[in-house]
Amino acid sequence: MSTTEAAASTGTNGNGASGYRWVGTRPVRHDGLDKVAGKARYAADLNLPGMLYGHILRSPHPHARIVSIDTSAAEAMPGVKAVVTGADFPEAPPKGATRNLMCTVIARDTVLYSGHAVAAVAASTRREAKAAAEAIEVTYELLPHVLNISDAMADDAPVLHDNLFTRGVEPRPTEPSNIAARTVYERGDVEQGFAEADIVIEREFSTQAVHQGYIEPHACVVDCDQEGKAVIWASSQGHFKVRSATAEVLGWDTSRIKVIPAEIGGGFGGKTTIYIEPVAALLSTKAGRPVKIVMSREDVFRATGPAPGAIIKMKVGARNDGTITTAKAWLAYENGAFQGMAAMLGCMCVVSAYTLDHLYVEGFDVVLNRPVNVAYRAPSAPAAAFAMDSVVDEIAERVGMDPIDLRIHNCPSQGDPTPYGPKWPMIGLRECLEAIRDSDHYQSALPAGQGRGVASGFWFNIGEASSATVNLNENGTATVITGSPDIGGSRASMALMAAEELGLDVHLIQPVVGDTEVVGFTDVTEGSRATFATGMAVVEACRDLKEQLRKRAAKTWDCDVEEVEWVDGSAVHGPGEQEPLTLAAITGNAKRTGGPLGATASLNARGAGPAFSVQVADVSVDQETGRVTVERYTTAQDAGTAIHPSYVEGQMQGGVVQGIGWALNEEYIYSDDGNLENPGFLDYRIPVASDLPMIETCIVEVPNPSHPYGVRGVGEVGIVPPLPVMANAVADATGVRISDLPLSPPRVLEALTAAES
Amino acid sequence: MRYAAPTTIDEARALLASDADAIVFAGATDVVPQMRAGRPEPSMVIDLKKIDRLMSVSLDGDTWQVGAAAPSSALTSNAAFAADFPGLTEAAGLIGSDQIQNRSSLGGNLCNASPAADSVPALVVNDAVAVIAGADGERRVPVADVVTGPGQTSLAHDEIVVCFELARPAGGTSDAYLRLIPRTEMDIAVVGAGVRISLDGDGVVSAASVALGAVAPTVVRVPAAEAALVGSSLDDAALAAAAAAASDACNPIDDKRGTINYRRQVAGVLTRRAAGIAADRIRTRNGQNGAS
Amino acid sequence: MSRTHVNCEVNGDAVDFLTEDGESLLNALRDELGLIGAKEGCGTGDCGACSVIMDGRLQCACLIFAPEADGAAITTCEGLASADELHPLQQCFLEGAALQCGICTPGFLIAAKALLDENPDPTETEVRYALAGNLCRCTGYDKIVRSVLEAAVQIRTPA
Repeated sequence: MSTTEAAASTGTNGNGASGYRWVGTRPVRHDGLDKVAGKARYAADLNLPGMLYGHILRSPHPHARIVSIDTSAAEAMPGVKAVVTGADFPEAPPKGATRNLMCTVIARDTVLYSGHAVAAVAASTRREAKAAAEAIEVTYELLPHVLNISDAMADDAPVLHDNLFTRGVEPRPTEPSNIAARTVYERGDVEQGFAEADIVIEREFSTQAVHQGYIEPHACVVDCDQEGKAVIWASSQGHFKVRSATAEVLGWDTSRIKVIPAEIGGGFGGKTTIYIEPVAALLSTKAGRPVKIVMSREDVFRATGPAPGAIIKMKVGARNDGTITTAKAWLAYENGAFQGMAAMLGCMCVVSAYTLDHLYVEGFDVVLNRPVNVAYRAPSAPAAAFAMDSVVDEIAERVGMDPIDLRIHNCPSQGDPTPYGPKWPMIGLRECLEAIRDSDHYQSALPAGQGRGVASGFWFNIGEASSATVNLNENGTATVITGSPDIGGSRASMALMAAEELGLDVHLIQPVVGDTEVVGFTDVTEGSRATFATGMAVVEACRDLKEQLRKRAAKTWDCDVEEVEWVDGSAVHGPGEQEPLTLAAITGNAKRTGGPLGATASLNARGAGPAFSVQVADVSVDQETGRVTVERYTTAQDAGTAIHPSYVEGQMQGGVVQGIGWALNEEYIYSDDGNLENPGFLDYRIPVASDLPMIETCIVEVPNPSHPYGVRGVGEVGIVPPLPVMANAVADATGVRISDLPLSPPRVLEALTAAES
Repeated sequence: MRYAAPTTIDEARALLASDADAIVFAGATDVVPQMRAGRPEPSMVIDLKKIDRLMSVSLDGDTWQVGAAAPSSALTSNAAFAADFPGLTEAAGLIGSDQIQNRSSLGGNLCNASPAADSVPALVVNDAVAVIAGADGERRVPVADVVTGPGQTSLAHDEIVVCFELARPAGGTSDAYLRLIPRTEMDIAVVGAGVRISLDGDGVVSAASVALGAVAPTVVRVPAAEAALVGSSLDDAALAAAAAAASDACNPIDDKRGTINYRRQVAGVLTRRAAGIAADRIRTRNGQNGAS
Repeated sequence: MSRTHVNCEVNGDAVDFLTEDGESLLNALRDELGLIGAKEGCGTGDCGACSVIMDGRLQCACLIFAPEADGAAITTCEGLASADELHPLQQCFLEGAALQCGICTPGFLIAAKALLDENPDPTETEVRYALAGNLCRCTGYDKIVRSVLEAAVQIRTPA
């Protein structure tokens, strides 16, 4: 079954029934031609006259005090125009988010992970810059390091920050530790819940750190002039964030900085922060020339990303009728070298796909000598779902219930309390479960020798600030300018919503991502928010324009504006005394009716609809080698309303495959001396085309009442279920449950061998 | 760094002899990544792909001559060669992507001296001989004797592997190569197993060669597994004995790609499976011959 | 660092450039010739984003020393379309939504062209293995594979 057939067969694809003319159609994306022609410009594709190349020197040690840095040899090398170290940057405050950002960009007194930036060079060629950076002499005093959660939480662990005291513990600890924060969510009485249960299952799970794995390494070009102005061409999920963060690190006023969004070659959360822009800016300032910095793939793995590894202990009670009575969870997440909020997010997600009267969830954010966590598609949720949905699967097996039926039986609905406080708004979890239950895949017999696994996943989605400007051109076309970098086809969605509002052919609309000086402030493209929140701004601007268009028609007809309606792209005279005026007729005459037509909307989007996904996979397992092969995969996800179904499917499929990679083979592997052993695509094994079947999709549409077209974000939740889906399918195929990821051949074979003996 | 592209073996050898820091390359599919990972740049890289003899794949009487710099794809696209050495062809076709196979060579795969090189076990079971050009002319060395340890070969600095000589297999003989990788493509072998089998008219194994990759510092030939197969009709007991012997012959390490136990266990599995595939190939060929 | 003057043919045009001997063909294409379609995703031949066809063979430009290109004929993504028409692969990628961020797209198009030049009627499995040297992190490959299969149909049966 093809993807489109799969979608159509559920009757939930956005085409047709909605009554929309443009929303739910699949036009070719506006930026597509440049991308298939090789003309699209990503940050590394830009060369400026006189441009220098920057190269960053990184620590070979996971934890060390910087005793001294001698740059004299580097400065004397051919082609070298500027050298910077941490001492050239403003002093960092003693603690807090600003310090963490500043010290991530470049180390000050202490390096906290192998790959931590310590100095940088700008030179005429790449080779000169690299050679000079390697000639910088850094004297380190090695400190003991700690690489995993258990060691970092131990009483005698080497402490990374002597001013880090665990938050969320009363009374406040008197000794610093690597436990940055403790988070607790509770409701009811878990002991009562366990007393009401017929079965109680208690398990411990672990997942490994993984990288977002975008194919484009971080890159920027920065040009600082003698008046102190900086222009930054950035590969980023948020150019306004690049502006503010660069200003924060350098102590500059944001008005000095203009950021131009280049095309971005993948982010998945990993490009929601900055690493290299302030370094390039300082080098450019020192040299008086533009500076380009492009990370190597090795630098990307060693110094950016990762999503955290986690240890999760689950204890879940259920009655024999499949009712889950309670859950108790203990979660600890790696944060990397500085404090993050991974465990807090994990706590909020871990049991969110279930209705529970009694729960106790406790989480710990742990710092250790690894690069700093950055968001990765539904951050923290995949590990949490792996733990909970593995246990739920075991409960279904124990009580003899279909795993989908059991999930429907425990499914939360609108008005039920979420585990983290507020009540659920309108959500589509039940519809996703039913879509999988009724899918051709789930209704098909499992081929002999294979195993089938299902799981569900939750992600919040967010709103945040967005701006859009829509200009009507004199020929009746429109330009839609937003501040959201397009990481997966969102420009086409903006154009579709504008087309729907204005009644204009989508091909007559040019969607543009504007730089920080041409469009209003817009938060990062993250949290599945671009089509939701920036889409709302586009719709609001278009509605403003429709009002203006009606007024212009009224002026032309010399009638009351109340007599003018906007229908299918034309002003229509209600009493019917005038021939309709098309949009092009009005814009063509705009100079005589009051001037050009344009509108801007800026808003804080509220009411991002929570996202759910339910997925099923069939796998086969080579019992002699432990290799797992994904034979068939189907995903259902609530999109609210699919604006451009092809790109909704693309998000669903991409998320699934990233999750499959996380489940089966991806992991950060560190040597005992604290160096990453697999900093490349050869041994950091992201899925390749031949590893996979087609990923069948069912778009479920339970419209989000907070969005004019019912949009929910679709970018993230797809990555959540694959971890438990794979584990549950392997368990079904082999009879052996594995609670540690990845399910790599050695791990699976070890588990099978252990189960035999 | 200087790039040189000699067109004769003598010219290439003279360049090598003139510069102790120079290296030769064919596809550079190992050299370039190694330099990216911090290997110091050599003073000169000598491209062997302009030397005709190193690029040709030809049948000379009953002996195949495979140029040491010929890309893997020159073997995988050569139907006659693939018919004679399906296992070796498979091994060449497993080295990286299509992009890599259009550059990677058997000479490079051997001289890079990785314990995990895919083509080496397959060359060894086929008794391949490396023709090596040096100061005193050419010498012929069994492939198994070229690599002396990880990253180490028995070649002198100014010696170049010119080609590999492979005697066409007699009737009733075929080979197979299997490797275990976590993904389906693009990985380095965690374990590799090459097997060559000869069957007599009654389906009894008259000769067997077994060689394993990625389970020891160099490729491991497994005489005990060969002995277990010879004289058998590849019954379960013989295959199990060969598998056990292969597992026993391993001297692996724990690393990022696999554990000691895993490599031992899987070496036996792959040996058994490869023996079965090689035997099936002989039977299929015999069947086809019988039919025609 | 030695420099070499390289003469070659790129997308049908005779071109020449001066390059440091140790520089990659990828950097030469991008920096000397301004052909930015080929991208560096890894620099080690593991991602395929820099795929080009040189002398009829699909290769990673990051593994080719620029002087190797002397006398060679090279096709990059920029050479796929004619003045008035996209290559069927390009058209099918657009219509099939086979790209999200687009950074891997030029490499996939070149690898797919190399496949279809050799095998005009590949199976899904053949497409998947032929494209295994090209990493895409956005799409999960589904729409890429479908688009290559569709392009193969269109090339075999021109309208």
